Amino acid sequence: MSDFLTVSVLLATLASGIRLATPFLLAALGETIGQRSGVLNLGVEGVMLLGAYGAYYATLRTDSILFGILVSLIVGGVMGIVYGVVTLALKAEQGISGIGIFIFGLGLSDLLFQKQVGTPTPIDGLGDVAVPLLGDLPWVGEVIFHQNVLVYVAFLLVPVLWFVINRTPFGLNVRAVGETPEAADSLGVSVDRTRYITIFVGNAMAGLAGGALALELGIFQQNLTNGHGFIAIALVYFGAWRPSGVMAGAMVFGLVSATVLQWKTLGIVVGTTASIVGMFPAVLTILVLVLVSRRTGQPSALTRPFERGH
Amino acid sequence: MGPTTAGSPLLELEGITKRFPGVVANDRVDFDVRPGEVHTLLGENGAGKSTLMKILYGLYHADEGEIRLRGEPVTIDSPSDAIEQGIGMIHQHFMLVPTLTVAENVALGLPSGRRLLQDLSPVQQRIRELSEIYGLQVDPDAYIWQLAVGERQRVEIMKAIYRDVSLLILDEPTSVLTPAEVDDLFVTLRQMTDGGRGLVFISHKLHEVMSLSDRITVLRGGRVTGRTVPSETSREQLAHMMVGREVRLAPNRSEADVADARLTISALEVLGDRGTPAVTDFDLEVRSGEVVGIAGVSGNGQRELAEALAGLRPAASGTVVMNGVETTAKTPKEIRRLGVSYIPEERMRDGAIGEFSVAENLILTSHDLPPTSRRGFLNFKQIETGCSDLVRRFTVKTPSLETPTANLSGGNIQKLIIARELSGEPEVLIASQPTRGVDIGAAEYIHTVLMDQRAGGIAILLISEDLDEVIGLSDRIAVMFEGRVMGILDQEEATVQRLGLLMAGVSDGEAEERAGRQPAGSGPV
Ligand SMILES: Nc1ncnc2c1ncn2[C@@H]1O[C@H](COP(=O)(O)OP(=O)(O)OP(=O)(O)O)[C@@H](O)[C@H]1O
Ligand SMILES: [Mg+2]
Repeated sequence: MSDFLTVSVLLATLASGIRLATPFLLAALGETIGQRSGVLNLGVEGVMLLGAYGAYYATLRTDSILFGILVSLIVGGVMGIVYGVVTLALKAEQGISGIGIFIFGLGLSDLLFQKQVGTPTPIDGLGDVAVPLLGDLPWVGEVIFHQNVLVYVAFLLVPVLWFVINRTPFGLNVRAVGETPEAADSLGVSVDRTRYITIFVGNAMAGLAGGALALELGIFQQNLTNGHGFIAIALVYFGAWRPSGVMAGAMVFGLVSATVLQWKTLGIVVGTTASIVGMFPAVLTILVLVLVSRRTGQPSALTRPFERGH
Repeated sequence: MGPTTAGSPLLELEGITKRFPGVVANDRVDFDVRPGEVHTLLGENGAGKSTLMKILYGLYHADEGEIRLRGEPVTIDSPSDAIEQGIGMIHQHFMLVPTLTVAENVALGLPSGRRLLQDLSPVQQRIRELSEIYGLQVDPDAYIWQLAVGERQRVEIMKAIYRDVSLLILDEPTSVLTPAEVDDLFVTLRQMTDGGRGLVFISHKLHEVMSLSDRITVLRGGRVTGRTVPSETSREQLAHMMVGREVRLAPNRSEADVADARLTISALEVLGDRGTPAVTDFDLEVRSGEVVGIAGVSGNGQRELAEALAGLRPAASGTVVMNGVETTAKTPKEIRRLGVSYIPEERMRDGAIGEFSVAENLILTSHDLPPTSRRGFLNFKQIETGCSDLVRRFTVKTPSLETPTANLSGGNIQKLIIARELSGEPEVLIASQPTRGVDIGAAEYIHTVLMDQRAGGIAILLISEDLDEVIGLSDRIAVMFEGRVMGILDQEEATVQRLGLLMAGVSDGEAEERAGRQPAGSGPV
């Protein structure tokens, strides 16, 4: 235990916690914007898997990480359009459609991987970028400002998303549509158009979250995300539908995961204990969700399809 | 009165027909509005008034017929089309987002002055200016969920005025307003017509119709059954035209034996949504066989009082004893089991579930009791006969018992809830605005039922902003002002004037002083 309580190890754990939080954060922010407009997407996990595979495969073939990132965004966006058509145009039940998207993503990403790649070939992952000046700060610089570019993107998206939701006409539409779609519709706000946009953006972010995970690990395998997407959905509830709350949740999750990893590496926990401790983050999420989450802030129209004239 | 003859029509509806499964809601309806006039649409619940207006606003599509604006045929496929044509609508049910502020609700759907940035300060500024001009008191920073219904209605009007519409549809805008608020509204509306705007007005209150309208069109069963102007008709005649029979406009009060106290409220304090006291130091007693009315301007604690009595809102302190049992710590269900029925003010929100069928809503509060259910199973035969009986007695107009409640006309949903609450044979009845939004035929029936219940020994607490109703039904009237009882008047001594003064927060003593100084009858009513 004393090994763990040294400054360098603690700093390294913090830094890795932030990195591990990133895919959760990206996916959860995407889910947040969708839910604020009244659409629940349980398919995040499937979209993340497709985004992860897309990023991995594009990077493997072109050696361009940037291209890989772009592909994960596009794959997510396309899934967003699919989900939008299913839930908005066809008015399918959101819970069921989301599970469908998950199963589809799980199967298709594995199928493509088997057909196109076969044996796991590692790719160069995302390198860390030190932020000029800030990166030189003692401790803080090491923990926060020596990270890969998607970490910065994810955390910058927190204030951006807050701003979009709370300070733009589009955000006003999103809040109105998620709460009382009839009222928005009666003022000429297109409920479907607003929801298409949030679903598109939200899914693109889920795709990017998958890409972040694959590029962080430098590898793809079947079910690479391993529940990340579902935890991201839980984080939205944990964060009471606010970007800052969602970020807090993602951080708790990332830090606990990093600590567990560190303990395993340092041999503080071994064998069966290690597996049990490995479950700790998931158990913690459930506990925290049960204890902390109140429904205050839940959009009233969540999961309710809108049809004019009712 | 505005002009009633000159001017080509602003709006013409010709041969509008709209069918729903099992009903023809509009049957070849012709209707027009000229600039600067108020054209009233009158008809009983389910006559097709809202449907016609929803067609005009792009919420429904007509099966047949034509819409012309300023002489030009137009297609209105959505509310955006309607807004673009300068049409505004105040809906029968609030179209407000509770979690947003007043300014945000007003700004919704409008282009922002700063494009991608939402800048609410000019909106707030403009709302304050318009408040001033039209005498509409609204606080742009308040959240809708914090507002009483009367205040919410002012926000709805503000939305339309802010958009500077040339044709405004008002679907029962006054059903939630107090008489004083109605007077204010009418001043605002007249200001609008003086500017050349055309108004469609819908209301079940005949004196309002008589005082505001330039022309009146009566619908019955989806068809136009009469057209008239106020100077050539009377309230009685209008009632007859709507319902097709004579209607007694004033309730018939018989003698009832007043016995022991059934509802005793002592030193009750209840907090409002904002966490400040909404009801303070409240004492009142209602005895069996007695109707106690609560009059007051909306937002003076009536809603909180009713919710606290029904167990829907915790009491901060004080006691409530119903049927001999202290109830401040009891759940709504336990309170119901004591023989207490509650007709909520916001019936659309608190009283019915839109997706449920008519029958399901009718058994909502009795589904786990005999005879509706036996040993955990629903008794469908009993439900069928019981519900058909209620639907018939309360004249709920519905194609069938299986119809989703959301498909009923607004007034018929109100009747449905009232039918359910009065059917449980309560011993204490808390009725908030029991005739709000129902047509005169149904109001007559509800008043009869209340009077019968009173004669049968029920204790009734009647919360109503309709002064005629309060005076007509109550044995005693308590006036609420800022959460307190300003004064209690016996039925014989209650006049609109005296109640009006108390409602404005002027105590009886002060009022007498004033009456001494001023010529009688010039009070602010
Ligand atoms: N969406 C719908 N689906 C099916 N039937 C409907 C629908 N909307 C209205 N109706 C039916 O059309 C008829 C006319 O309803 P409408 O709402 O126009 O009445 P109204 O005159 O506005 O009555 P109220 O005074 O009660 O508001 C009613 O019988 C109602 O049940
Ligand atoms: Mg109506």
